Amino acid sequence: MRVMVIVKATPDSEAGVLPSEELLTEMGKFNEQLVKAGVLLAAEGLQSSARGVRVRFGGGKSTVIDGPFTETKELIAGFWLWQVRSLEEAVEWIRRSPFARSNEEIEIRRVFEAEDFGDALTPELRAQQQSRAERISRN
Amino acid sequence: MQAPDVARTIDAVWRIESAKLIASLARLTRDVGQAEELAQDALVTALEQWPRTGIPANPAAWLMTTARNRAFDLLRRRRMLERKHETLSADARMAEEESHMSVEAAADDEIGDDLLRLIFTACHPLLATEARTALTLRLLGGLTTAEIARAFLVPEPTIAQRIVRAKRALADAAVPFEIPRGEELRRRLSSVLEVIYLIFNEGYAATAGGDWMRPALCEEALRIGRILAGLAPGESEVHGLVALMEIQASRIRARTGPSGEPVLLLEQNRALWDRVLIHRGLIALGRGEALGETRGPYLLQAAIAACHARALAPTDTDWVYITALYDELVRLVPTPVVELNRAVAVSMAYGPAAGLELADALAAAGALGSYHLLPSVRGDLLAKLGRYTEARGEFERAALLTRNVRESRLLLDRAAACERA
Repeated sequence: MRVMVIVKATPDSEAGVLPSEELLTEMGKFNEQLVKAGVLLAAEGLQSSARGVRVRFGGGKSTVIDGPFTETKELIAGFWLWQVRSLEEAVEWIRRSPFARSNEEIEIRRVFEAEDFGDALTPELRAQQQSRAERISRN
Repeated sequence: MQAPDVARTIDAVWRIESAKLIASLARLTRDVGQAEELAQDALVTALEQWPRTGIPANPAAWLMTTARNRAFDLLRRRRMLERKHETLSADARMAEEESHMSVEAAADDEIGDDLLRLIFTACHPLLATEARTALTLRLLGGLTTAEIARAFLVPEPTIAQRIVRAKRALADAAVPFEIPRGEELRRRLSSVLEVIYLIFNEGYAATAGGDWMRPALCEEALRIGRILAGLAPGESEVHGLVALMEIQASRIRARTGPSGEPVLLLEQNRALWDRVLIHRGLIALGRGEALGETRGPYLLQAAIAACHARALAPTDTDWVYITALYDELVRLVPTPVVELNRAVAVSMAYGPAAGLELADALAAAGALGSYHLLPSVRGDLLAKLGRYTEARGEFERAALLTRNVRESRLLLDRAAACERA
């Protein structure tokens, strides 16, 4: 199974303050452990929301809103994509991360896999999904 | 924390730590079977104690200390027996071993070397292939006997017996717990790669909707492969195998149709291909090729898979390069199946007549007598050349040879289409 491990924004990350060298080193070591265990698939850190935009839709129109966005706790500052065997394994890994000594909250979410849909994904639905994906790939 | 939660946490810790635990114990006991039993004992102790005492702050270190203490007890008892027969030399060795052990956390490289020794031992050519795969999943994947049995669709006692026999065979032959060197390394490494790829294919061959354990085998093989690539970064074939598996796994969602029927590579919806895995596969391939050695079979197959992965549409495929890769591959692995794949690549690069010439040579050699893909490929090429009567005969022959009902129907449809043409 795959999980996305989501790191929330903090006032520091939103202010564009870069992590300390010490934290970077520790994070580097932790990532290395994940690689060695064959767990880490991808990892990215995001720049502050001041350097991003939101696109809002409504009434057939779209509006582009410039950052920064205020609700810091709702913002994402980075993520990992891990391959683990259970959610508990992901929890055990994050306990070993440098975040263990912080006051931050890390969110772990399961990524949908085809088999998660089980019987709910009838052959008809599957076909629909397939043809939709085909249309997207043609466009 | 509730007791079931503790059990699940222990399960997760075991999953992360078991291979490292067994590997470092095996360095002490020189017997992987015994090392595994010691590790299991520590696990049982955790299952008994942690629900009462709570989960220790560093569960990994707790398991390691508990298991090592048991190993010391075992070695001390063994030493007492030896003392009756031998001189002080055993004592000296023991003292030396113990001083090594007192180091709280072994260095990272040391653990890495132990893990590598464990992989080589589990995949020892002395063992039958089935025993090697079961032992590898057990010792390196941390899978239970029940899980392995489910994955391979065989009864649990069969797997249990396979593992017991394999451990005994390793002990009886006194297989040293070491990383082979020189020429031996090449030979043993190919045995390791074979086992990992077998585990992958066991999962890959299973179509969607089956038991979750079967797709999980692909993930397991990928994980062991990635670990191996970290432990032996100088071996180009390890990167080749990882690249091949990542790229093949990227197509899992696309390779079965709405009702579970197989979808051929060129007909797959490429929007369903997993871009994360393709990216990882291409990087692994780059690493392997950067080592600058002559490309081995895994690296060549990965390079072929990468040609397809890079093509955004089937028409973008670089068939000329694929043909060149097959030329190299056929020199290393001169089997009729590889020859047939090469014939298909040649037909895509240089036209159906050129491909048919190669396929005809194969048919004349008679090496693929009962393999349905040979008449199927010939039928396809003949039809492309407008030789419909001959094509029809080939499709009908292929339909008789395949054991897959759906495939047989598809081939008969094509035969009927040739008749109308």
